[in-house]
Amino acid sequence: MGSTMSFALNPEREREMEDIFSRYPNKQAACIPLLHLCQEQQRWVNDDVIAFVAEKCDVPTAHVKGVVTFYSLFNQAPVGEHEIWVCQTLSCALRGADKLLHHCEKRLGIHHGETTKDGKITLRVAECLAACGQAPMIMVDKTYHENLSLERVDEILDALVGK
Amino acid sequence: MLKPVKILTKNYDTPDSHKLQVYQSSGGYEAARKALGMTRDQVVDEVKKANLRGRGGAGFPMGVKWGFMPKDGDKPSYLVINADEGEPGTFKDRTLMERDPHRIIEGCIIGCYGVGAHTAYIYVRHELHLSKERLWGAIHEARAQGFLGPKPFGVDYPVDVFVHTGAGAYICGEETALLESLEGSRGEPRLRPPFPAQRGAFGCPTTVNNLESIASCPTILEMGGEQFSKLSSLHKFGDGGCRLYGVSGHVNKPGVYEACIGVTLRELIYDLGGGMPEGTNLLGVIPGGSSCPIIRPDDIVDAPDPKSILHEWHGKPQLDVPIGVDTMRNLGTMAGTTCAIVLSDRACPVLAMHNLARFYRHESCGQCTPCREGTGWMLRILDKIVQGKGSIEELDMLHEIASNIMGNTICAFGEGASMPMLGFLRKFRKEIEDYIRTGGSSSTGRLAL
Ligand SMILES: Cc1cc2nc3c(=O)[nH]c(=O)nc-3n(C[C@H](O)[C@H](O)[C@H](O)COP(=O)(O)O)c2cc1C
Ligand code: SF4
Ligand code: FES
Repeated sequence: MGSTMSFALNPEREREMEDIFSRYPNKQAACIPLLHLCQEQQRWVNDDVIAFVAEKCDVPTAHVKGVVTFYSLFNQAPVGEHEIWVCQTLSCALRGADKLLHHCEKRLGIHHGETTKDGKITLRVAECLAACGQAPMIMVDKTYHENLSLERVDEILDALVGK
Repeated sequence: MLKPVKILTKNYDTPDSHKLQVYQSSGGYEAARKALGMTRDQVVDEVKKANLRGRGGAGFPMGVKWGFMPKDGDKPSYLVINADEGEPGTFKDRTLMERDPHRIIEGCIIGCYGVGAHTAYIYVRHELHLSKERLWGAIHEARAQGFLGPKPFGVDYPVDVFVHTGAGAYICGEETALLESLEGSRGEPRLRPPFPAQRGAFGCPTTVNNLESIASCPTILEMGGEQFSKLSSLHKFGDGGCRLYGVSGHVNKPGVYEACIGVTLRELIYDLGGGMPEGTNLLGVIPGGSSCPIIRPDDIVDAPDPKSILHEWHGKPQLDVPIGVDTMRNLGTMAGTTCAIVLSDRACPVLAMHNLARFYRHESCGQCTPCREGTGWMLRILDKIVQGKGSIEELDMLHEIASNIMGNTICAFGEGASMPMLGFLRKFRKEIEDYIRTGGSSSTGRLAL
């Protein structure tokens, strides 16, 4: 079975995978961390990743599919090089999240949920990201940007698009 | 009464506060060393005396919970730390992870010993990348020192700590959903019984505690449980210690602040939070995360019965009641995570309801019909109202739907989704009806200032 799989982790992540398995009393528990590891490598979870994780964790592919569809951070379709998440929940909304989202949409020429034509940026809305006291905020890939003004958002976007 | 302290936050402003050396130079890990020299019963006893009410929202006494864990048996036990921090308005646990991760690791050692576990999993929401990095860093440092591993402080009581992450689902903060997620499944809450102390992670006895609850353990051991409890002015109600408060929304100084328990909502807004922005007035405050019903500044305590725990505040504004698990419950709301969301009169209550209804609709796990369908109906009714197409009859329907979710679901998410709706309906009925009658022109039309 292993030989027919078309997804493989790079050697560094392969080692990380072993480390993940060592933390739990069974293999299934590694399912979510392993999906993250795979997604880090190719930005989304396709059927090959699902088959890979199912085999490694010794669970049916249906189980892994169930997991992937449950959690909003697993991308079930390709996404842009960068992901921008705009928090829109109450504390952020009270401090201008709406305006911030519209600004991003206008600047990037896309609606939230979409990716720019050049494949650079996917814009998304997020639910409360535990930064309510520093609202409004966005998350760009792994980085939080807090206490944002529209000018600051422009700087962040410039840096991303410029790259 | 406002008594700011720097106990949990004492290292926050020290450079490199996340490093072992800094933590140890302020007395770090001495409490864990002390705990491992005591008996397990003695440790649990100190935690019971501390009257620490769970900081994750439900306010259950931590020592009592630890006492549910079996003393013997052929299965291992687990300690699971809830750092999923997803309740809208809540942003306190993150500061501990980023700025004092060793306090959490030390708390895990004490916690493992207290509940009879040798492994702790810290379940951190995936988006908190810096938190995870800091926790792993602290784990590695503590392992290298021998504080974690086979013989912490030379005592034959192995302790290991691991970070586990979710993947974006608010419901995984609910403790049984969290356990499902830890086991590699969809985060669907479990029916109780069995309770986690009987059958939790991997079918084994498990204690789930909030991250701030666990981070308080070193202080409890250091001060002694009773001293810790007495920090609080609600010590007499079995609500002890100090805790982190958050304030967000329309205040001048949003942020996380530490104080002894006994802080009132007014103090949280006007003293810690720096008051309302100029030219605005307080419309209402959601005391401790979005699931808690809102309080208005003109709400008065009605407790003529001398036996009521609220009696001493009878006739006073509710804003002047100390925020405690039981005081807030008696007011018909909750202390929750003590992270308050403040709304000024610039914000439209209908839009606030709509924002929260959207959140709960999005986050329902879908297992129970009343929750899955009810959150959808509530959102659709509010969608119509916001668009100026709602009717008063539908408002009554909204009330009925929310009431029907209560008590009819597997987990407390159902209450969490309906209580804020019922709260807004009770407190802002007139404003909402005006909105409907005028098609929205009575509203400020906004949430932001
Ligand atoms: C829908 C829902 C979400 C929750 N989210 C969290 C959370 O993010 N963090 C947390 O500590 N507790 C959360 N809880 C409470 C937990 O179920 C549990 O009571 C808590 O982790 C126990 O720890 P404590 O007793 O130390 O507070 C949530 C509960 C519900 C019903
Ligand atoms: S109450 Fe809602 S979130 Fe909780 S189990 Fe039922 S459907 Fe899922
Ligand atoms: S509401 Fe945006 S971070 Fe909490």
